[in-house]
Amino acid sequence: MRKTFETEIQQLKDEMLLLGSMVEQQILGSVEALKKRDTDASRRVQETDLQVNARRYAIEEQVMIVIATQQPMAHDLRLLASILEVSGELERMGDYAKGIATVSIRMADQPLLKPLIDIPRMAEKGVDMLHRALTAFTIEDVETARSIPAEDDEVDELYIQIYNELMMFVIQDPKTIERANWLLWVAHNLERLADRVSNICERTVFTATGEMKELEQTKIKR
Amino acid sequence: MKMEISESVFQAAEAGESPAKVEVKNLAVYYGKFRALKDINLTVHENRITAIIGPSGCGKSTLLRSFNRMNDLTPGCSMVGEVRLDGENVLLSSMDVVSVRRRVGMVFQRPNPFPKSIFDNVAYGPRLYGIHHKSDLEAIVENSLKASALWNEVKDKLNQSGLSISGGQQQRLCIARALAVEPEVILMDEPASALDPISTLKIEELMQELKKDYTIVIVTHNMQQAARVSDYTAMMMIDDARAGHLIEFDHTNTIFTRPKDKRTEDYVTGRFG
Amino acid sequence: MSLFSELMDRNRVKRARQRKAANAVMLSLTGLLTALALVPLFWIIGYVIIQGGKNINLDFFINLPRPLGISGGGVLSAIEGTLVVTLLAAVFAIPPGVLAAFYAARSPNTPLGVALRFSTDVLAGVPSIVVGLFAYTLLVVPMKHYSGLAGGAALAVLMLPTIIRTTEEMLKLVPASLREASLGLGAPEWKTSLRVLLPAASSGIITGFLLALARAVGETAPLLMTALGNERFDIGQIITSGVQSHLSVFQIIGHIINAPVDSLPLTLWKYAQQPYPERVAQAWAVALVLMLFVLIVNVSARVWIQSRTRRMKG
Repeated sequence: MRKTFETEIQQLKDEMLLLGSMVEQQILGSVEALKKRDTDASRRVQETDLQVNARRYAIEEQVMIVIATQQPMAHDLRLLASILEVSGELERMGDYAKGIATVSIRMADQPLLKPLIDIPRMAEKGVDMLHRALTAFTIEDVETARSIPAEDDEVDELYIQIYNELMMFVIQDPKTIERANWLLWVAHNLERLADRVSNICERTVFTATGEMKELEQTKIKR
Repeated sequence: MKMEISESVFQAAEAGESPAKVEVKNLAVYYGKFRALKDINLTVHENRITAIIGPSGCGKSTLLRSFNRMNDLTPGCSMVGEVRLDGENVLLSSMDVVSVRRRVGMVFQRPNPFPKSIFDNVAYGPRLYGIHHKSDLEAIVENSLKASALWNEVKDKLNQSGLSISGGQQQRLCIARALAVEPEVILMDEPASALDPISTLKIEELMQELKKDYTIVIVTHNMQQAARVSDYTAMMMIDDARAGHLIEFDHTNTIFTRPKDKRTEDYVTGRFG
Repeated sequence: MSLFSELMDRNRVKRARQRKAANAVMLSLTGLLTALALVPLFWIIGYVIIQGGKNINLDFFINLPRPLGISGGGVLSAIEGTLVVTLLAAVFAIPPGVLAAFYAARSPNTPLGVALRFSTDVLAGVPSIVVGLFAYTLLVVPMKHYSGLAGGAALAVLMLPTIIRTTEEMLKLVPASLREASLGLGAPEWKTSLRVLLPAASSGIITGFLLALARAVGETAPLLMTALGNERFDIGQIITSGVQSHLSVFQIIGHIINAPVDSLPLTLWKYAQQPYPERVAQAWAVALVLMLFVLIVNVSARVWIQSRTRRMKG
């Protein structure tokens, strides 16, 4: 029953996955461009962000149309509300990638303080979490969704490590403060990325059960 | 610091519940040997709108008509169980049916004004109960027509036939007619299904006004209407023996955002059948 | 193009022509037959008007019959007699008829309801002279004289089936929702019937009564045996003499209905058989009067119903 409606919902989910993979590419691409000092690639990331935004608004508009024309209730309604939320989260993640690309362009004529290892690791971890969270969202896999936020620990630890390293650099040579700042900012973006992934997981649980609950983002109780 | 939102934001405040006006306990309705309704248990809260929804033929109207003993008019119909209005069981044969029907008024699916003048339509009820003084009747008619949001449209033509006004106006006339005897509960059997969308919305707005002074129970096959208008919703369904029964009864917000029973979910999302 | 449109396209012109021809034939045939059916009606009306019109004058309506040879005789007695008898018939027939119809409409499947409808059908087929004999035996013999009362009773029996049937049909036409609405307000059944159903069906009920009346007015046979005929029947005179003798209203009415009365059909029958040409001419005039009477009753009834319907529909 409701074939049209089901088709529209499936289309929206597909659009979400597409948007998600674009954002993943953006994140990885921006970090890669920073690592390789490739300003052209960074510029391409900045330009692609426009498409990310456009896709997000297209999803929103489609959700509004479905709500107005199909009178969704219960689970369907929760799903559509969540799609609105999650597409917003993805768009902000895209903005993080754009921010990283901007830093890369600003630092273009200066050497990196050290070869980038931890930052790419953060990016990979974050993107991996995002990918699994989005898949869980589209297939409504509550178990997986509940388990992902705890992996945020890894990302946080990497962030602390980067923070300490950069502090060492600055203490030793105050002239590096500008570059350290920028790199810290990049790391901060990636840490926020992982936080947003948790929001996506919460929305998955909400859609399936109707419960709106914050999921623990850490394995360790502080 | 992370705040745990332990209660779902969609849960309606339990503290807002009003006292029970009508309590239905183990109601079953039979047409001869055929059981049309079984095991109905629900509470109608005072000054609230309770909607009864469900697929065609699941007994919604039968349930509604149990509240004012209109089922008595169907030959061979018998009712078992209790329908307590302010604690008194109206199904007892010792209960005065006339007084039950005065306290529990009814508005029907198709507007059915009498072929009398608008004034006489509204005054019919009060006249039944012995009110004949002209000025009393005029006051009652005016108040009832004002309460049903029809006064301004008909105040200059009270002597015209009740059939000379539009369908939406006729339905509001029927509501005024029911209000004239000052019921406590108003039953509405798909009151807007024969009306155009604008008249429908007017009736829905009227219901919101009326619930301040009356308790309303409405049967509707229009889910969106039930969602817009009611505070509580009862979901009915038919079983294999073609007996109607209640599968879920809850605050309307819950039924339409997080229903507990899968059958309710299937029905409200349109995937039933 | 689909099969249907293809088939339709072929022979389009020829088929159109055929259709038009068939239409014309049917239309003219219908017209012809209708005209044929109307011929007897117009013929009778025309003939009666011509023959009766020769003898109609004011005297005819306001004077009692006068012996042959004396001019100015009228049929006042017959007119008054007809009025009295039909009024009595209405009084006798309407209350039980309407009540019986209410019962039959509400409970058609009870033993009484079934018996009622069956009896109504049977009664409708009873010859009017048998009804007259019935009234004779039951009323004229015990009372030991002919009377308008007996005549009225006989006509009432004739009117009863029509009234019951029509009223029942009209009641069935009243939407059940009106009854429900009234009961839903707490009205008992009898009040619902009286205040809602009866008024709603009233125009139909009146029609039924008038149909029955139109039939009764023309009946001769039952009146032969009950009212007999009375050329000296003069209500005005009865009233004045009663007032002079200080009789009560009831007694005066009693005088009116207890006497044998004349009636138009009776008079017609009597005069038509007499060998005197004046009487025969008067018979034609009576026929005209009778026809006019029925016509006036029907027309005024319809006009009245129309105005009521217009008022009710707003």
